[in-house]
Amino acid sequence: MLATHHLDFILGAYVAAVVVVAGLIAWVLLDYRAQLRNLADLEKRGVTRRSATAPPTAATAKEDA
Amino acid sequence: MAIVDLANPSRFLNFANRAIPWLGGVTLIAFAFAINQTLAAPDDYQQGATVKIMFLHVPGAWLGMLGFALMSIAALGTLVWRHPLADVAAKAAAPIGAAFTLMCLITGSLWGRPMWGTYWVWDARLTSVLVLFLIYLGIIAVWRTVEDPSRAARAAAIFTLVGALDLPIIKFSVEWWNTLHQGASVLRLGAPTIDSSILIPLLAMTVAFTFLFVTLLLAAMRNEILRRRVRTLRLMRASAAS
Repeated sequence: MLATHHLDFILGAYVAAVVVVAGLIAWVLLDYRAQLRNLADLEKRGVTRRSATAPPTAATAKEDA
Repeated sequence: MAIVDLANPSRFLNFANRAIPWLGGVTLIAFAFAINQTLAAPDDYQQGATVKIMFLHVPGAWLGMLGFALMSIAALGTLVWRHPLADVAAKAAAPIGAAFTLMCLITGSLWGRPMWGTYWVWDARLTSVLVLFLIYLGIIAVWRTVEDPSRAARAAAIFTLVGALDLPIIKFSVEWWNTLHQGASVLRLGAPTIDSSILIPLLAMTVAFTFLFVTLLLAAMRNEILRRRVRTLRLMRASAAS
C-alpha cells in the first residue's frame, strides 16, 4: 500500500542517484580524453618531458588504460 | 611494489592505469549484487517501501564524509610534507565528495517529505551536512580560482582542515542536539538496530558505492597528474618561445 503511495519519491531518489553517478563517470572520462588529447597535441609540436623514465606519453597512457 | 613507491606521481600513474579497469569490474559486480539485494529487501513495517531510499541516502552520507576525511589527511600531506601527490588527491576528491554529499541531501529530502511531512528542516544533522556541501563547493572554487597549483593546494589545505571540524559535528549532531533526524543505527556502540533483511542490502550498497568512489578517485587523480604534465609542458613551450 505504502509502496504505491510513495513510488514517486522512491523513483525520484533513484533517478537523482543515477544522474549524480552518471555525471561523475562522464566528468572523469571526458576529462581523461581531454588530457590525452592535450598531451598528444603537445607531442605533435615536439614538446616532450625531459625525464627519460616518464611514463605515459599520450599514446602509452591510452594503451595502458 | 611498496605503498611508499606510489608517492611518486609517475609510479602512481602506472599503478592507476593497471588498477582502474580491475576496480571498475569489481564495482560492477558489487552493484549487481547490491541491486539484487535491494530489490529483494522487504518493506519496512513503519516506512513501507520508502526504506529503499536509505540504500542510497546512507552511502551518500558515508562517502561525503569519507571524501572529506581523505581530503583532510591529504591536506596534512600538503602542509607538512608539501607532497604534490597529496595536492592531487585532495583536488581529485573534492568534486567526488561533493557529488555524494549532494546525493545524500537530495535523497534525504525525498525521503523526508513522505516520512516527516517536509522536504527540509533546519535541524542540526541536515544543516551540518548542508554546510559540508557548501565547504566542498568553497574548496572547489579555491582550486579553480588560484592558477598556481601549489599555492592553490596550500589555500585549499587550510580551508579543508578548518572545514574538517564539521565532520564530528555531523556525526554527533543527533546526540548533542534534539533533531528530527534519527540517531545512529548502524555505526554505534552495540549492535546495529536495523533488521538483517534491510541491513544486508544497505551494507551491500555501501560497499558497492565505496568501490565506485575509489575507482573514480583513482581516475580523477590520474587526470589531475596528466593535467599538471600538460601545464608543465605548456610552460616549457612558452618559456622556450620567449
